[in-house]
Amino acid sequence: MESILEIKTVNKAFGAQRVVRDVSLSVKRGEVFSLLGPSGCGKTTLLRMIAGFERPDSGSILLDGTDVAQLPPNRRQVNTVFQNYALFPHLSVADNIAFGLRAEGKPKIEIQEEVHRMLDLIRMHEHAHKKPSQISGGQKQRVAIARALIKKPKILLLDEPLAALDLKLRQHMLLELDRIHDEVGITFIYVTHDQDEAMSLSDHIAIMNEGVIEQLGTPAEVYELPKSRFVAEFIGDTNLFPGKVASVEGSDYCHLEVPGLGKILAYQDRPVAPGENVTLSLRPEKFNLSREKPTVPSIQNLLPGVVDTIIYMGSETRYVVRCGEFKLNVLRQHNRCLLEEKPITWEDSVWLTWHADDGNILQSTNGTPATTPNADSAP
Amino acid sequence: MITRLGRWVLSRLRRFLPEWLLTAPSLLWLLLFFVIPSLLVFTVAFRPPDPYGRIGEGWTLDTLARLMQPSYPAILWRTLRVSMVTTLVCLVMAVPAGYWLARQPASRRHWTLLLVILPFWTNFLIRIFAWRTVLHPEGFLQTSLVKLGILSSNASLLYNEGAVLVVLIYTYLPFAIMPVYAAAERFDFQLLDAAQDLGATRFQAFVRVFLPSIQIGLLTATLMVFIPALGSYAIPDLVGGPSSEMVGNKIAQRVFTDRNLPHASGLSALLALAVILPMVIAMVVRSRHPDKVPVEREKGGPREGGAQG
Repeated sequence: MESILEIKTVNKAFGAQRVVRDVSLSVKRGEVFSLLGPSGCGKTTLLRMIAGFERPDSGSILLDGTDVAQLPPNRRQVNTVFQNYALFPHLSVADNIAFGLRAEGKPKIEIQEEVHRMLDLIRMHEHAHKKPSQISGGQKQRVAIARALIKKPKILLLDEPLAALDLKLRQHMLLELDRIHDEVGITFIYVTHDQDEAMSLSDHIAIMNEGVIEQLGTPAEVYELPKSRFVAEFIGDTNLFPGKVASVEGSDYCHLEVPGLGKILAYQDRPVAPGENVTLSLRPEKFNLSREKPTVPSIQNLLPGVVDTIIYMGSETRYVVRCGEFKLNVLRQHNRCLLEEKPITWEDSVWLTWHADDGNILQSTNGTPATTPNADSAP
Repeated sequence: MITRLGRWVLSRLRRFLPEWLLTAPSLLWLLLFFVIPSLLVFTVAFRPPDPYGRIGEGWTLDTLARLMQPSYPAILWRTLRVSMVTTLVCLVMAVPAGYWLARQPASRRHWTLLLVILPFWTNFLIRIFAWRTVLHPEGFLQTSLVKLGILSSNASLLYNEGAVLVVLIYTYLPFAIMPVYAAAERFDFQLLDAAQDLGATRFQAFVRVFLPSIQIGLLTATLMVFIPALGSYAIPDLVGGPSSEMVGNKIAQRVFTDRNLPHASGLSALLALAVILPMVIAMVVRSRHPDKVPVEREKGGPREGGAQG
């Protein structure tokens, strides 16, 4: 698939603060692309530069091959759904949707047809004459989307579109957004700080932190193979084991010496050398938890522990297990009826096992490249 | 039947009594100092004048007939024209001022707002006399304009309609800026971003989104400037000349010079009507403004009616 948006080494500073630093990315035609990060990471500024509300200090923004970085918002084929919808309070739902075409000076009949089509898309015919103050949050959201889509943009930008809605409505609107995306086939760029929204909607996710993209990939890639400590911790829960490579086992595996835990076997996600300092990330659900000591093949890790905390959550239970000097987050899905077995309880001795392939050696810690063995073995 | 009626009255009373008690003081005030005096003014217009300047006995339509005298339509028209021009200029200046004020950071906004109301710290008459000094033929402004060759030496900046307009605009501008600012402050400026995002130019966004959103402020500003301008008396008296008399001056003249109270009352009534009429229009516009609820009602109406029938 060809890319519709190409961002090349874009920089933006407000005063002395560099909000967006050397960001490059490309968005494919028709996909849902998410910019995910904590507040203040620069994702909204990046979106505003794509929309045209901010001009980048340097770099280029290629929309369908032409550089639009210096064009005002009204001359870009990009439309925005604002966080608080920004519907015009003095106009009815239908007039809000028609605004973009009226500004263009399109003929009346064409506007009417298009508005009709949009009301179909968002299923809001019966509310067409109401003012924004008379409709609910979810309906406002749909009007904001229709108002932007009527311009047939090359890209629809969505700035935290669900942040103002409550949980149930948010889940409903996620499905609705997915349906609308499937129906219109326009590229969506979706800004959010909510990893669940990003994971469930996107084809690709760019995770931003302090103005740079920490990692860009499919939802599964960024979840399963986080490159940095930040990504591992921001997306989902994780357990981090800082350690030193003790030995390299063939081309695929290595043993890590983790102070306070012992030796563990890990897959070499990147080539490592003995003596190198690395951090291993292991998701809570990768553990297997049992009361009896299981017999495991050598490719699995086995550690004894003691249950510290139990949080029952219906579909799953979270355990905190003391293991050496670590407190590990363990997640257990209840795919069998929990009431049948004798439950694991507080202060029980348990065994944790996990497959060496399930751990992930981070490329770097905190965004900086991993330290080389030489530099670290100095003291 | 009677008990039902009694219960109904009681329930009404219980429901509306607190409301009545709360509004009673202001209602009483308005009644005593606005409604009754206004009615008195209107009635006096139908009484004959008395040679000693008092109100005579009996009733007459003479005053109304005299109000038709040829010089009045011109004065009334001038009063309306001057007031409308004042209102228009004030609005045109207040809109950008209000917009700018609303976009200032809160800390600076307080200082700039203070500057807007600063003139009120000086007495109104003193400020008009200051204008007389500024516009005086031997004043700084005229002498420098003559020296620069912009003005001929026998032209006058004072005692004409221009002077009246300038001082009126100067006096009432803060009354226009305040309501426009108050409306602009509540305006969500992100809407301008949204309008531009949808393809509107900056100017289009301003006209199609900003102005309609602050229309209540514009309406209030119009009333706040137009009504006092219509009744102005001191300003045309002090900086205007015979050619720039307004209705207010005529009323004063009828009271103090001619000592003809019924005639003055007639003129006052005329002016009052000129003030009340636009207010009534504004109220009608306002009551229609809030939301297009009627459209929805029309739609839902027949269905409801059908169900009942």
